Amino acid sequence: MNKQVQAPHERAAHSDLIPAKPRVGDKVFTGLSTGSGVAILVILAAVAAFLLLRALPALTASADDIAAGGYTSNLAWLDGFWGWVLPLAFGTIWAALGALALAVPVSIGIALFISHYAPRRLAQTLGYVIDLLAAVPSVVYGLWGFFVLAPALGGLHRWLTTYLGWFPLFSGQASGTGRTIFTASIVLAVMILPIITSLCREVFLQTPKLHEEASLALGATRWEMIRMAVFPFARAGIVSAIMLGLGRALGETMAVAMILSGQNRISFEVLTAQNPNTIAANIALSFPEAYDLKINQLIASGLVLFIITLAVNMFARWIVSRRAAFSGAN
Amino acid sequence: MSTATLTPKRSASPSNSLTAGQLPAWTTPVVGAASLAVGFLAAWLLTGEIGLGLGVALSALVFLVVMHVASLTIEGGRRATDRLAKHLVVGMFLLALLPLVSVSLTALTNGINRLDPTFFSTSMRNIVGAGGGAAHAIWGTLIITGVAMAISVPIGLLTAVYLAEYGQGKPLARSITFFVDVMTGIPSIVAGLFAYALFGVLFGIGTVNGMGGAVALSVLMIPVVVRSTEELLRIVPNELREASYALGVPKWKTIMRIVIPTAISGIVAGVILALARIIGETAPLMIAAGFTQSLNTNPTSGAMMTLPVFVYDQYARPGVPREPYWDRAWAGALTLILIVMLLNLVGRLIAKRFAPKTGR
Repeated sequence: MNKQVQAPHERAAHSDLIPAKPRVGDKVFTGLSTGSGVAILVILAAVAAFLLLRALPALTASADDIAAGGYTSNLAWLDGFWGWVLPLAFGTIWAALGALALAVPVSIGIALFISHYAPRRLAQTLGYVIDLLAAVPSVVYGLWGFFVLAPALGGLHRWLTTYLGWFPLFSGQASGTGRTIFTASIVLAVMILPIITSLCREVFLQTPKLHEEASLALGATRWEMIRMAVFPFARAGIVSAIMLGLGRALGETMAVAMILSGQNRISFEVLTAQNPNTIAANIALSFPEAYDLKINQLIASGLVLFIITLAVNMFARWIVSRRAAFSGAN
Repeated sequence: MSTATLTPKRSASPSNSLTAGQLPAWTTPVVGAASLAVGFLAAWLLTGEIGLGLGVALSALVFLVVMHVASLTIEGGRRATDRLAKHLVVGMFLLALLPLVSVSLTALTNGINRLDPTFFSTSMRNIVGAGGGAAHAIWGTLIITGVAMAISVPIGLLTAVYLAEYGQGKPLARSITFFVDVMTGIPSIVAGLFAYALFGVLFGIGTVNGMGGAVALSVLMIPVVVRSTEELLRIVPNELREASYALGVPKWKTIMRIVIPTAISGIVAGVILALARIIGETAPLMIAAGFTQSLNTNPTSGAMMTLPVFVYDQYARPGVPREPYWDRAWAGALTLILIVMLLNLVGRLIAKRFAPKTGR
């Protein structure tokens, strides 16, 4: 009796049933597909190994070596490679968190608009319009941020520092160019918006229709239906969407490199001319002119970025797996 | 008894129990128009000029507050919350359209000047100042993304087949799924550094060429292809597989003839969207494929320019005067946007044409 519960394609493996005769096509196909899967593991191992190989000289270099031929630390309390990379890592996370804070409410709103508010006939087209935001390459966002957005936000920078300067993040002297971590975060938010939106939209659409109808039939308004039927169902999906957006924002390079005028420093003020730089932007800006130990240092900072994004992804997976029962797949 | 007689007219008297306690339908447009007027007036009074951004922001604020208060007094708390949520949700959508419109308009107005035949027919070889074009970069983009696609589509597709059809529950499949997720999170610049390090070890330190760029892009593209394909293979109904097995069709043929064709629209759309994502990548190509001003169609030797790197190069290293360089940057940006949008459109058309019927 037990065997009937098992998935149909596994049944043939049991000896009391007539075994299918082995086929060459099956063997070749199994081998090819398994081989590709293993190839992915090999590629990833190669990424880690080669990065580590080229980063090792910088990781093992003494503070004196770095002072002689590398990028030096600006921190008083930490020198050598780590003193140089720490402010960059801070800037990376800081800009990405800012982007997330701006993008998440907007994305969830848009996803809801497309899945539950817009007329059914229009919904797909509107979804496509939002996806167009993802169609714009990051270098174009960089151009746009530099030529259009940064100058346009100059007034907002001055207003915020003047009237909301008591709030620690907005304190300090407003930047004259608008090329701040604030502007960079806005552009990053625009860039991660379509990813978060499309993932949330998919999950929202998978809400069982019976849950929604039951909720409406009990007299719930549309918003109450969304809060009580859609959000609980979609929670794991939303979290994983946010984490994917965060991963994207952490690694985003060109837009930040072109918009942010950053330095190697730690600063929580988002509107001043002295901004922390991000790892990715720093690599892009410094790599063409770098040599010897500096290249190793840049690759090592790339490794740090890799580890940060790895940690974010693993955290996301952990959250999703905790609530697997609610995922859209079943 | 026709049900139509039960539906009250909209202009029913206040005593009608079905429409009592509701804001009339004209409230939204009237309050909207009034808020626009008030918002722009306030913006003008505050700054002394007609500021578009500030005006719209203030109007939106006025509209939200007025509607919420009106709804709260007439319709009650639950309906007021519902209305507020609706307005916010629509507002978020409109907010997201702003950057889209702004980016496309600026790219169009700035890029259209140099979108001439010269731009597509000449490279930047021996060009100083005006003139020149992106022919070398367009060729580079085509070659590098072509090679990247040739590497990543077979690997991605077959891995997805393994995950969805063969590996269920096996430790290898679990670790592949995990590491594909990890790979999705690889920042593009790290992929570029990897290709640079790999080619440095294999062919001598400092090697940059088209293949390096293609390898870097493949690292970014493979996980996208795997994820989208696997997702689609999983939603192919098991009944189809069972029906096929019941007819005595071998497993590999079931996959090739039943499972993949059912999901093909989504698979193609996934590949094209992955392509659209990598074609605009700048950072990894800058590091792994380098910069050059001349045409190079050999991916195995010498630096190869690509369109995104061309845009960045023209923007970041302008000569004097800067305008011709920045014009070329914008023309390149516009071309890039058009290519990516075309890819998206094609992907969607294919997806729509062969899409399986769903409930919604």
